[in-house]
Amino acid sequence: MQIRRLPSGGRIDRETPLTFSFNGRAYTGYTGDTLASALLANGIGVLARSFKYHRPRGIVGSGAEEPNALLQLGRGGSTLPNQRATQVELHDGLVAESVNCWPSPQFDVAAVTGLFAKLLPAGFYYKTFMWPQRWWHTYERFIRRAAGLGHCPRAPDPNYYEKTNASCDVLVVGAGPAGIAAALAAGKSGARVLLVDEQSELGGSLLFRDAQIGGDSGDVWLQDSLAVLRDTPEVTLLPRTTVFGYYSHNWLGMLERVTDHLPDGDRSQPRQRLWRVRARQVILATGAIERPLVFCNNDRPGVMLASAVSTYIKRYAVRPGTRAVVFTNNDSAYLSALDMQQAGVAVTAVVDARDNPQGPIIDAVNAQQGIEIIRGAVVHDVLGHKRVHGVKVAPLDAAAAALSGSSRALDCDLLAVSGGWNPTVHLHAQSGARAVFNEQRGCFVPGQPVQSERSVGACSGEFALKPSLDAGAAAGADAAREAGFKPGRKRTYKVQDAEQGPARLVWRIPARTRVSRAAKQFVDLQNDTTAADLELAVREGFRSIEHIKRYTALGFGTDQGKLGNINGMAIVAAALGENTGGPGTTTFRPAYTPVTFGAIVGREIGDRFAPIRKTAMHPWHEAHGAEFEDVGQWKRPWFYPQPGEDMRQAVNRECLAARNDVAIMDGSTLGKIDVRGPDAAEFLNRVYTNGWSKLAVGRCRYGLMLGEDGMVMDDGVSARLAEDRFYMTTTTGGAAAVLGWMERWLQTEWPHLKVHFTSVTDQWATIGVVGPKSREVLGKLCSDIDFDRDSFPFMSFREGTVAGVGARVFRISFSGELAYEINVPANYGQSVWQAAMAAGAEFDITPYGTEAMHVLRAEKGFVIVGQDTDGSMTPADLGMDWILSRQKDYIGRRSLARSDCVRADRKQLVGLLTEQPDQVLPEGAQLVDDAQVTRPVPMIGHVTSSYFSACLQRSIALAVVKGGRQRTGDTVRAPLADGSVVQATIVSPVFYDPEGDRQHA
Amino acid sequence: MLHIECPWCGPRDQSEFSYGGEAHIVRPTDPDALSDEQWADYLFMRANPKGKHREQWCHSAGCRRWFNVVRDTVSYEIVAVYRVGETPPEVDDAD
Ligand SMILES: [Zn+2]
Repeated sequence: MQIRRLPSGGRIDRETPLTFSFNGRAYTGYTGDTLASALLANGIGVLARSFKYHRPRGIVGSGAEEPNALLQLGRGGSTLPNQRATQVELHDGLVAESVNCWPSPQFDVAAVTGLFAKLLPAGFYYKTFMWPQRWWHTYERFIRRAAGLGHCPRAPDPNYYEKTNASCDVLVVGAGPAGIAAALAAGKSGARVLLVDEQSELGGSLLFRDAQIGGDSGDVWLQDSLAVLRDTPEVTLLPRTTVFGYYSHNWLGMLERVTDHLPDGDRSQPRQRLWRVRARQVILATGAIERPLVFCNNDRPGVMLASAVSTYIKRYAVRPGTRAVVFTNNDSAYLSALDMQQAGVAVTAVVDARDNPQGPIIDAVNAQQGIEIIRGAVVHDVLGHKRVHGVKVAPLDAAAAALSGSSRALDCDLLAVSGGWNPTVHLHAQSGARAVFNEQRGCFVPGQPVQSERSVGACSGEFALKPSLDAGAAAGADAAREAGFKPGRKRTYKVQDAEQGPARLVWRIPARTRVSRAAKQFVDLQNDTTAADLELAVREGFRSIEHIKRYTALGFGTDQGKLGNINGMAIVAAALGENTGGPGTTTFRPAYTPVTFGAIVGREIGDRFAPIRKTAMHPWHEAHGAEFEDVGQWKRPWFYPQPGEDMRQAVNRECLAARNDVAIMDGSTLGKIDVRGPDAAEFLNRVYTNGWSKLAVGRCRYGLMLGEDGMVMDDGVSARLAEDRFYMTTTTGGAAAVLGWMERWLQTEWPHLKVHFTSVTDQWATIGVVGPKSREVLGKLCSDIDFDRDSFPFMSFREGTVAGVGARVFRISFSGELAYEINVPANYGQSVWQAAMAAGAEFDITPYGTEAMHVLRAEKGFVIVGQDTDGSMTPADLGMDWILSRQKDYIGRRSLARSDCVRADRKQLVGLLTEQPDQVLPEGAQLVDDAQVTRPVPMIGHVTSSYFSACLQRSIALAVVKGGRQRTGDTVRAPLADGSVVQATIVSPVFYDPEGDRQHA
Repeated sequence: MLHIECPWCGPRDQSEFSYGGEAHIVRPTDPDALSDEQWADYLFMRANPKGKHREQWCHSAGCRRWFNVVRDTVSYEIVAVYRVGETPPEVDDAD
């Protein structure tokens, strides 16, 4: 039964009733309701418990400012925590639950903490729980469970989300009267206009306030204006869209709730869409949020913002109470008194902090039967626990410092409160500007803009209708003009608007007893921050509003203090003895209201999270059972297990095939760069440590690339294709960085060098044929290259035809074996690979993956940049002084002579042999001299590569050890995570074929 | 997100660019003539002004050209854009 629904009126559609559930019980509402209005219509007053004291809480507001009505919505993978019931559109089948209470908001076990409230002052968590630190995790568990805050979905979200980019000439944020006037003016000029509003229905204050504009009712003007805007081709209206962030260079983030208002299951459209908008001009017409007043027990269910009361009555046809008192310091709440009276709510009294309020609105209320206006007085306490039963009213002295007379009690079940209005300056502040306190208007208003934006209407501190409409029209015209359009004559509006008198600023209502002993006066309802907490923080020495925020949690909730922050700031100012605006505001950060992770990641999930690169031979690898390893974005075959083999058995078999017969590997992921131009050799001289001028055409050379700091950055073999052309290879992971590095030096430092770089990584497939029988396999595949040992020597290349395909064949080796690398255009990669497999069949040619490749190179002591180096290794640290030219300068050379680079105790590359031949050290294991000394044990290095070598029938490891090369034969120890300590001996990093005869075979 | 004018392609979103740090740091022609301190000054030391900053950007997801930008580190306003080798425009560092 919708016991609080008015028999007529409102903007709801009574023809389409909806069913929803709250805490397991079924209720009904109408299309056009929010979850909050539907709950109120059903007479539900308590729907949450407060964060710290577990006090019963009800709905306070009607929009983004709502601090209490945070509910868990939906079930399963779709569920969303902490949704503001005031902004959730009701739909059929909606499931909502309270979050911050157990077992129910009516009976909450943790509410007993309220009885011990004195034990929980500001900074309580810091003072008590953070010390001793080792107990924190114990406390935290209990605090988090008691605090609730909803739960995350455990299952994948069945919905999908989208991202879109847009640009416009004029972005108008907020479709109240000022925003609509702005969009009309800008749209008329032909400018591309986006008019965006967070609500389902455009209109802002016109949706709950009566108005007369140009002789029509506010609603007629609204519908006419929206019709004009819909018919303007370059104007786009976006309801249900929140502009949540204002970033650099007029770039704004918006969240469109596309299907959140529809029943679950409709997935033909995304659930939400994230907009990223670049706007030439921005008009902020974001309105204002009514400010509550701070008095004892001001959190009792039934204490509501006056504007919210009006909204529920006028827009949703819901009566939030039956007998009301209004407590205000300004005129606007008088309008709510009239709204209530009209809706059949008995308004007992308007309690006005002002001594002598005057004007037409006050007169109108005065003329009503039964409403007493109590002037110069305040509500200083609230009676009732789960529902307001009454209020205590007393006169306020002239300094607003004390109650000046005796109290009287008034019966009511609804208290409508207005402490004035806070302009919604969030986006203005996010844009980099600073809101300033305006004494006369009693609020923070936008300051000097720093981006192309302007504020109009209530968010600029202008609360009257006519000046808001006129300012909107002017801003729309000005913005269009600055965006390059001709807006025409400025328009002004004829409005019947009752003039409002000045407000009396009272930030904290005095209590009967000292604040610290009085009942709680809540400033931030979501975080249970009280006036006493703020004053305590000041007494304890805090001065900065930012520090006080962190000490008291003021404004830390999901509402970001939309209701409480300004009151809190003013209370702090008073405690510090400063002017109200003195301490300033805390930083307004995006997002204005929370944005789901779903919208932020959009479709970049699963396979679309990152690009996947596959080589031309990938289908063959898959068909032959390869296990894959991710190397950057590449999928590389890791090893090819045969039936019944585990990884170690497969890798051993692959390694032995390469050492004893022939094996084949896909090396296509190697970075490849075509370096071309008259200065190609000179350029390589500068980026590699060794010399390239004298390299003959047809020959290859290994090169080491350093950063300017002298640290090893990349390595690879390059071949001289022609006098003016090199084919450079880089590590798989370093390809893009090396290309960028070379381009940067060329463009910014040596633009006079005549050389070009082209990435050809994807153009060539690379097939490594490795092992003593590789020459025989190549001989079968290719008839126009002489593979004779001496006519095609190690470190040279030939062009020819391999399996019918034009190829470059390089005789280079990363395994220490006789080996050839066949490079063919990528489209032929798989067919040439298959031809090589067929040609090698008689030798039992064995495909091998990255793991065997690592073992083979480690047996030879070849480093992998990025595995055995970490950006702090010089060539000398790796024992590679031999590659440093003394004939020329190169990037990084000077740094190698810096004192730190020639220290004797630098970590140097060594080999390690464990005492137990079958013990494989974990990579990353720390090395110490003596594990038994007092902690902390000095670390002398760590293991960088570690494998079982089938060929050597034992484990091998590469490591970096301080001064390691002078310590050959020493024993070091690796204490492992399981408590054991492994002993190992320092040896040469070259474990196999130290003379290097095999690759020359 | 900044909106950066590539001197070769025109205005584009920041996501197309990569940042290169302070501009106009010239590599010493004779590194051996420098003390360790002087070399370290070239290698490591960078200005970190509050206000106008001359810096390098690369249109890495576009034309891949490096160019120079004068950017205000407080307001993020881009005051000037100019190509490598061009004389830096006169910019009042005071405001
Ligand atoms: Zn460009």
